[in-house]
Amino acid sequence: MRKAFCEGLLREHSREELVFLTGDLGFQALEPLRSSLGQRFLNAGVAEQNMVSVSAGLARQGFRPWLYSISPFLYARAFEQIRNDVCLHQLPVVLVGNGGGYGYGVMGSTHHALEDYGVLLTLSGMDAMIPAFDSDLTSLIPMMFETSRPCYLRLGVGEQPKDWQPPVFAPWRKLTSGGGGVLIAVGPLAGAFWEPCELMPEAMRPNLWCLSQLPLGNLPVQLLQDAATCSRLLIVEEHVAHGSAGQAVMTELFKLRCVPPFVRHKTASGYPSGRYGSQRFHRAECGLDTLSVLSFFGGENPA
Amino acid sequence: MNIPFKASDRRLSVLAKQRLLKMHFESGVGHIGGNLSCLDILLAVYHYVLSEADQFVLSKGHAAGALYVTLWTVGKLSDDDLKQFHRDNTLLSGHPPPQGIPGIQFATGSLGHGIGLSAGLALGMRLAGKAGRVICLTSDGEWNEGSSWESLIFAKHQGLSNLAVIVDENGLQGFGTTEEVANLAPLSERFRAFGLTTLEIDGHDLTAISEALSTSTSDGPLMIVAKTIKGCAVSFMEHQLAWHYLPMNSEQYIAASQEVGEL
Repeated sequence: MRKAFCEGLLREHSREELVFLTGDLGFQALEPLRSSLGQRFLNAGVAEQNMVSVSAGLARQGFRPWLYSISPFLYARAFEQIRNDVCLHQLPVVLVGNGGGYGYGVMGSTHHALEDYGVLLTLSGMDAMIPAFDSDLTSLIPMMFETSRPCYLRLGVGEQPKDWQPPVFAPWRKLTSGGGGVLIAVGPLAGAFWEPCELMPEAMRPNLWCLSQLPLGNLPVQLLQDAATCSRLLIVEEHVAHGSAGQAVMTELFKLRCVPPFVRHKTASGYPSGRYGSQRFHRAECGLDTLSVLSFFGGENPA
Repeated sequence: MNIPFKASDRRLSVLAKQRLLKMHFESGVGHIGGNLSCLDILLAVYHYVLSEADQFVLSKGHAAGALYVTLWTVGKLSDDDLKQFHRDNTLLSGHPPPQGIPGIQFATGSLGHGIGLSAGLALGMRLAGKAGRVICLTSDGEWNEGSSWESLIFAKHQGLSNLAVIVDENGLQGFGTTEEVANLAPLSERFRAFGLTTLEIDGHDLTAISEALSTSTSDGPLMIVAKTIKGCAVSFMEHQLAWHYLPMNSEQYIAASQEVGEL
């Protein structure tokens, strides 16, 4: 998704208010942006706290700072600067966190972002964008210039199936239809499930919904209809349960008295075996792999 | 209340100190020592130095009282405003608020943020081709914070000559002297080791402060280590850690007010 992100920002390079700051990262990804932006591209060094404070100062001067780092180096390391300097003043700073969820795979736990949007959404006025597909960046980036609020952009690995064009970016998108229940997937996980869902018999196939923006607005009417008429609902996300999208969705469904009989929420559960591996490895350990997820639909009612 | 520029330094300083003591006494609030240590710096900055194009950041947010009183001396806050200090439903909280007071750009209070914020303002001025500069006032204890040094490295590397950082060096921090807690003395030598133009001055001499701020640099921020006295002008408060925290009782207020002197 980094390449698509870079291309998306490059298309906006003529915006004089755009300033890009990186925490010394971007090799083989951000070089075109550096060349294009000139002095409005700054390598702020390995100093994320300062980078966030500087961005607040720039925003106070009317600029639109975009900050880039490996996700936890931003949201965890510089949390107080994000809270005090950016959010207390409601400044339009975009925090771009690369490697959402287990995106950095076997690089290890320090690089994983398992509580990013949950933590950031505790802050006043913060939005979180979780694009699912590379193509989402095309419409999402211009949209993010229009907001006056702080925003977090979680970059993952887009898993767009070949020869399939996903619908244009929206907070909620319905990707498949069927009679097997409702599957809500947050961000890129949705792309991983699209093709296997399509291959399922229609009666067992879940209505696959992709969620890409938090906090939640009103739930789509179609989603409520799907939830009201099914017996099984599963929410999956590469994020810990606390502060998760799933908890927010369940709260809304509960308030609307629209909770199916069988509901599950599969989340990132850390490192249950104490071993490390690829993103695929960690997803499987947490039951976020295709087989574990889709086995919830069809067959006997789940225990 | 608007004091004419170049009014007597002593008159200005006494007036502000009297108002500060009154405000703290009426609201029953501490942090008097650190306010008295930096009040003269703020007066010099606001009365003799800042132009319309300049911006100021109070990194040592616990000196909000001194900033509010200084803003009162230049007519940006009223006497009624100061009466709301530290009350319910006030804009004048114990540390500067994020919005609502003219001239206050940022909520500060957690230390180690101001230099980065100021560096961002200064960088923004340069990118926008704007005149003016940014002046940031820090405490000495806040140089314990790693983020302060991160920001200094950035400001130097970016050559932010439109930034001046003043350190209110009163030698006392939260729970001990700066020497006892995390000795960085002499701080000025640490700054010079970064290749920064660094001046050492008397932080209670308004003329010296304004003259130091007239120094220009070519390749990075100007650093000014201002030697000050915590609790300045009140003998029983001077150099006393307790006055970082304590409010005054009636007798102490009367005594302090008498020591500060009359206009």
